Amino acid sequence: MSRDKSNQKSIRSMIQEKKSSRSQSAVMEKVVPKIFLICAIISIFTTLGIVFTLLTETFTFFSRVSIVEFITNTRWFPFTSDENADYGILALVMGTLTVTAIAMVVAIPVGLAAAIYLSEYASAKTRKVIKPILEVLAGVPTIVYGFFALTFVTPLLDKIIPGGISIFNALSPGIVVGIMIIPMIASLSEDAMNAVPNSMREGAMALGATRFEVAIKVVLPAALSGVIASFVLGISRAIGETMIVTIAGGSRPTADINVTESIQTMTAYIVQVSQGDTGFGTTIYYSIYAVGMTLFLFTLIMNLLAQFISRKFREEY
Amino acid sequence: MGLINKESVKKRMGSRIAANGLAKFLFILATGFSLLVLGVLIYRILSQGLPYLSFDFITNFASRMPERAGIWAALLGTIWIMAVTAPVSFILGVGTAIYLEEYAKKNAFTKFVQVNISNLAGVPSIVFGLLGLTIFVRLAGLGSSVLAGGLTMSLLILPVIVVASQEAIRTVPREIREASFGMGATKWQTIRRIVFPAALPGILTGTILALSRAVGETAPLLVLGALAYVAFVPENLLSQFTVLPIQLYNWTSRPQEDFHMLAASGIIILLIILLIMNSIAVLIRNKFHKRF
Repeated sequence: MSRDKSNQKSIRSMIQEKKSSRSQSAVMEKVVPKIFLICAIISIFTTLGIVFTLLTETFTFFSRVSIVEFITNTRWFPFTSDENADYGILALVMGTLTVTAIAMVVAIPVGLAAAIYLSEYASAKTRKVIKPILEVLAGVPTIVYGFFALTFVTPLLDKIIPGGISIFNALSPGIVVGIMIIPMIASLSEDAMNAVPNSMREGAMALGATRFEVAIKVVLPAALSGVIASFVLGISRAIGETMIVTIAGGSRPTADINVTESIQTMTAYIVQVSQGDTGFGTTIYYSIYAVGMTLFLFTLIMNLLAQFISRKFREEY
Repeated sequence: MGLINKESVKKRMGSRIAANGLAKFLFILATGFSLLVLGVLIYRILSQGLPYLSFDFITNFASRMPERAGIWAALLGTIWIMAVTAPVSFILGVGTAIYLEEYAKKNAFTKFVQVNISNLAGVPSIVFGLLGLTIFVRLAGLGSSVLAGGLTMSLLILPVIVVASQEAIRTVPREIREASFGMGATKWQTIRRIVFPAALPGILTGTILALSRAVGETAPLLVLGALAYVAFVPENLLSQFTVLPIQLYNWTSRPQEDFHMLAASGIIILLIILLIMNSIAVLIRNKFHKRF
């Protein structure tokens, strides 16, 4: 009798325990997704934060400097008394575009050629050696590339180019930014070419095409959307690149471009201001947000363009 | 109709075969160029940096005299920043990835989050610096502190960690999830005990690679107002700081040749740190990666 009673009790308590642990885990089941949702929402807040920050501070800037002057003036000369200051973004944009153009002249042919070699010519063994090395090249911090540009590429160019080159110039950082982007273009383009099915290659070869003809006339056109998208992403990276151009490009904003002379890019200007002792609330302080906004718009358009190209023109096999 | 005229075939094929050979040579040349650049880069840095590299160089503070200068403050600053960035970005990144892969319904909101993350990955790092300057340094009143720098870096590498974690979670097959549900486990129990442990090696690899990117990042912290010349070690989360790349930038931008040598020595240390981090990432990937 007494044994039964104790048994009954313990079963009741067991049921109670089970119930409470169930309700506990039921609570967990409800709370946990909410916590993860908050994590996901933070990434949206980051974007909102960027847009909000840039917009509000840029508006403050445009209440002091007219937006017309900002877009049409070709001189950027802020470090002077407020009446004499020039805020013409064109000077900085030209600097950025010059470096980007030089970088692309280096990165597109070399990157594409490396991609074609890796995807169409190289044996699996060679690929296994070369791809990690390219990954290392992609992982080198930009500060190291900047150092390389200033202490190696610039002196080298100075020797090669007749008439020499000034110590800060557009050519050297342009070339080095290009080198930095090669692995990115190579690996994205190679991915695109790898996605082309082998049956197409074999079909072309059966008709007597050489490997080169297969690569240029069959694989490249088939992978074109991915390849072009990689170029556009490369351009976006070059526009946003900061340390290489800050170290080796100099700080002389100018709209008329001479690649052997000093220039200034949008990114380099932002660094220059944050390195100086510009006080909070000055026009110069707000100008870095206007420049940052321009930079953000440029890269955003490029990234959206890359997504559009790879979605719209993708050929499915 | 005669047999195939070998002469004319040869004549027609000759130039095409030559073109193929030439193209192959050019393609190899381009690939070799990238490898050559890497070789020259490493050679230059070693030849310039090794003479200054010593134990004192690591434990000394920055100095106006090149022979007494060291990277101690910068090294510890980098470690402090990573101590903030690593946990914050890991929790936020993995949380977002689990939400997107396990809980999110396929609707407009989920798609928006996904597109938003891939666009964030393309935002230049210096723009994140402007974000940190406004939100953390000014609005939150943290000043140019370790905490502000670490949080900014967390947001910068967040997209990379999210994407890597999503890929890792996606490789966990449906069947083992279903087996877990079949045993009566709830969704959260399945995620915590089955999916997360199986995806962990991939997640860790992605996180370490993202952190190694943060270690080499200079621009956002420069914009935040990290100091270029520091002769003290950060004491708490609100201390001012410098990091390794900023110290290197400072030395590189001086005209004297001696400081360039110092920068090269510092670059060697930086590259060694990155090499160790990447080796750990590869090791985890190879050793613990499960193929289902």
